[in-house]
Amino acid sequence: MFKVKYFEAIRTAAVIVIALIIAFLIISLVSDQPVKTIGIFLLEPLSTKGHIGNVIEMAIPLMFTGLAVSLLFRANMFNLGAEGIFYFSGVVASVLAIHLSLGGWLHPLVAIAAGSIVGALLSAVPGILKAKWNANELVTSLMFNNILFGVGLYLLNYHLRDAKAFANVSFKFEKTAQLSKIFPGTRIHTGLIIVLVLIVLAHLFLYRTKWGYELRMTGANREFARYSGMKTAKVIILVHLIAGFIAGMGGSVEVLGMYSRFQWTSLPGYGLDGALVAMLAKNNPLSVIASALFLAYIRIGADLMARLSDVPSEMISIIQAVIILLISAEQFLKFWKNRMLLKEAKEA
Amino acid sequence: MNSLLNVILTTDFAFSVLRVTTPILFAALGALISNRAGIINIGMEGIMLVSALTGVIVSAYTHSAWVGLLGAVLSGTLIAGILAFFTLKFKTHIILGGVAINMFASGGTVFILYLLSGDKGSSTSLASKVLPSVEIPLLKDIPVLGPILSGHHILTYLSILSVLVVYYLLNRTPLGLRIRSVGENPHAAQSVGVSVIKIQYTALLLSGFFASLGGAYMSMGYLSLFTRDMVAGRGWIAIAAESMGRSTTVGTALTSLLFGAADALANALQVLKIPAELIATLPYVATVIGLIIYAVSETRKKNKKLKTTTSK
Repeated sequence: MFKVKYFEAIRTAAVIVIALIIAFLIISLVSDQPVKTIGIFLLEPLSTKGHIGNVIEMAIPLMFTGLAVSLLFRANMFNLGAEGIFYFSGVVASVLAIHLSLGGWLHPLVAIAAGSIVGALLSAVPGILKAKWNANELVTSLMFNNILFGVGLYLLNYHLRDAKAFANVSFKFEKTAQLSKIFPGTRIHTGLIIVLVLIVLAHLFLYRTKWGYELRMTGANREFARYSGMKTAKVIILVHLIAGFIAGMGGSVEVLGMYSRFQWTSLPGYGLDGALVAMLAKNNPLSVIASALFLAYIRIGADLMARLSDVPSEMISIIQAVIILLISAEQFLKFWKNRMLLKEAKEA
Repeated sequence: MNSLLNVILTTDFAFSVLRVTTPILFAALGALISNRAGIINIGMEGIMLVSALTGVIVSAYTHSAWVGLLGAVLSGTLIAGILAFFTLKFKTHIILGGVAINMFASGGTVFILYLLSGDKGSSTSLASKVLPSVEIPLLKDIPVLGPILSGHHILTYLSILSVLVVYYLLNRTPLGLRIRSVGENPHAAQSVGVSVIKIQYTALLLSGFFASLGGAYMSMGYLSLFTRDMVAGRGWIAIAAESMGRSTTVGTALTSLLFGAADALANALQVLKIPAELIATLPYVATVIGLIIYAVSETRKKNKKLKTTTSK
C-alpha cells in the first residue's frame, strides 16, 4: 500500500510540472528574453518582503472561496455560486462599513457577520431548490452569480457611489471598520488569522462530527446515504448554508482588509478560482492552505512578469485550464497506478 | 407604460429580437445535441469566445469574411474536440472540463488579442471583415413582416435553418437515433452495438460547431470587432434555454426566442428610467424562475408516478 498511498500526491505534482513546462513553452514562444522572463515568473514573488506579502494577501480570498467550494464539492454539489456571493457580501459589508459607527473591533465584526449571514441565506436558495426539487444547482448558482452582480453594481452606482471620486467607487469606509495589518511592510491583515481558524474548524467539522460524516456520505453516494437513514435533503441545505457563510465572510474580509472603499465593478473571479483551489486540495480543508498559496504564487508571478517583461499576465489562465483538465482527469497516469498495484500484489 | 408599449409594438423591436436571439439560438442548439447524448457541455461560453476571436483574426489576415467564418468554426470545433478528448478519454469531470475551457477562453483570448494587436480591450486595430446581411426579395416588400424578417445577417437566417436541420438530425436520422439512445441509456445502446464513445465524440463536436457559429456571429455580425468577454453570459443563457425547453428542438428554439426577447426588452427599457444594472439581470431571473417551474413540475410528475405504482 505504501506507494499507492502517495499516488494522488505524485499525480498532483506531475500535473503542476506539466503546467509549468507549458508555461515555459508559451513564454519562450512569446518573449524576446525567455530565460529572464521565466526567472521573473518563478522567482520574483520571493524577491522582496512586499512581494511575499502580495502572495499571502492574494491567498486569503482564495482560501475562503477554496474552502467554501471544497465543502460543496465534498457533498457532490457542483455549485459555482461562491463567485456572486463573495461579491455581494462585499457590498453588504461595505454598506455597514460606510454607514455604521461603532467602536473599535466591534465595527468590522458586525460588518463581517452581516456579510456572512447574507451569504449563507443567498447560498441556501440553490441548495433548497436542489434538495426539494432536484433543480440543477450548477445552472441556478451560475444564474445567481449574474443576478447578484447586477444588484450589487446597482447598489454601488445608485446608493454607495462617491460623486467626488473620479471613478466608480463607493464612499470611504469608516476607519474603525477596516481590518488591521498584522505584518509591518505588507498589507497582510487579520483576515489571515480568521481564515486559518475557519479552515481548522472545517477540518474538525468534516472529520470529527456526525454532520461532517453525513456530508461526506451524502457526497459519496446520495442514494446509499438516504437508505442508511440520513436526511440527505437537510445535509444538502446545511452544506450550502455553511459554504455561503464562508464565501460571504471571504468577500467581507477581503473588502475590509484590502480596500478603503468598495471598488469592484466586475465580478472579482475568486469564486471560480475557488473551484480550482478546491480541486488542487482534493477537497481537503487543510490542503486548501497550500493550494491557495500555490495559485496565489503563480498569479503574482504572472503579474510581476507582465509588469517587468513583454508577456501579458493572462498567460496564467491557460496554465490554470491545463491544471484543471489534468487534475480532474481520473485516467491521467492511471496506467502507472495500475502497474504499481500489480507489482505490489505480486510482491505480496 | 405608454412609452414602453410604443417601443415594443414596433417592427424595429421585433427585428431586434431576432438579431439578439441568433447567438443564443446557435449555442442552445449545440447544448441540445450534446445533452441529448448525455453530456452537459458547459464550455459553450468559452467556445463562443474563442471562435469569435478566431473569426476576427483569420478574416483580418486573409481579407475574407468567409475564410474567417471557416476559421471560427474550425477553432470552436477544435476546442470542443479537446474537451471531448479529456472527458471521454481521460475521464475529466465534464463540468470541471467546461469550467477549464471557459477559464482558458476568457484569459487566452485576451492573451492572443494582446500579442496580435497590442491591445487588451478590443480588436480595433485589426481590419477584420463582416459577413453580409441579406435582403430577401418579395418578402421584404410585405408590410410589417418584411421589415421584421428581411434584411437580417446571413447567420441569423442560418440559425433559423439550423433549427430545422437539428430537428431532422435528431428525429429522422440514424445518427440522431443513436445520440438519443446513448443519452437515455448508454448501457442499452452499448449492448446493441452502438459505440457510446464515438457517438458522444460526435455530439460534442457538433455542439462545438453550432456554438462557434454563434461566436462568429458575435464578432462578425452582431458587432464588427472582438472585445474581451464579449459573449457576456450568452453561453450560459443558451444552456438555460435548452433546459427550459426540456431538451426538445422546438422547445429550445422557442425558449431561445424568449430569452432573445428578454434581452431586446432590456435594451429597449433603457428609455425608461429603470437602472440598467437591474434590467441586465432580467434574463437570469427569468432563467431561475423557468428552472424552478420545470423542476417542481418534474418532481410532481415523478411523485405521482411513484404513488400510482405503489398503490397498485
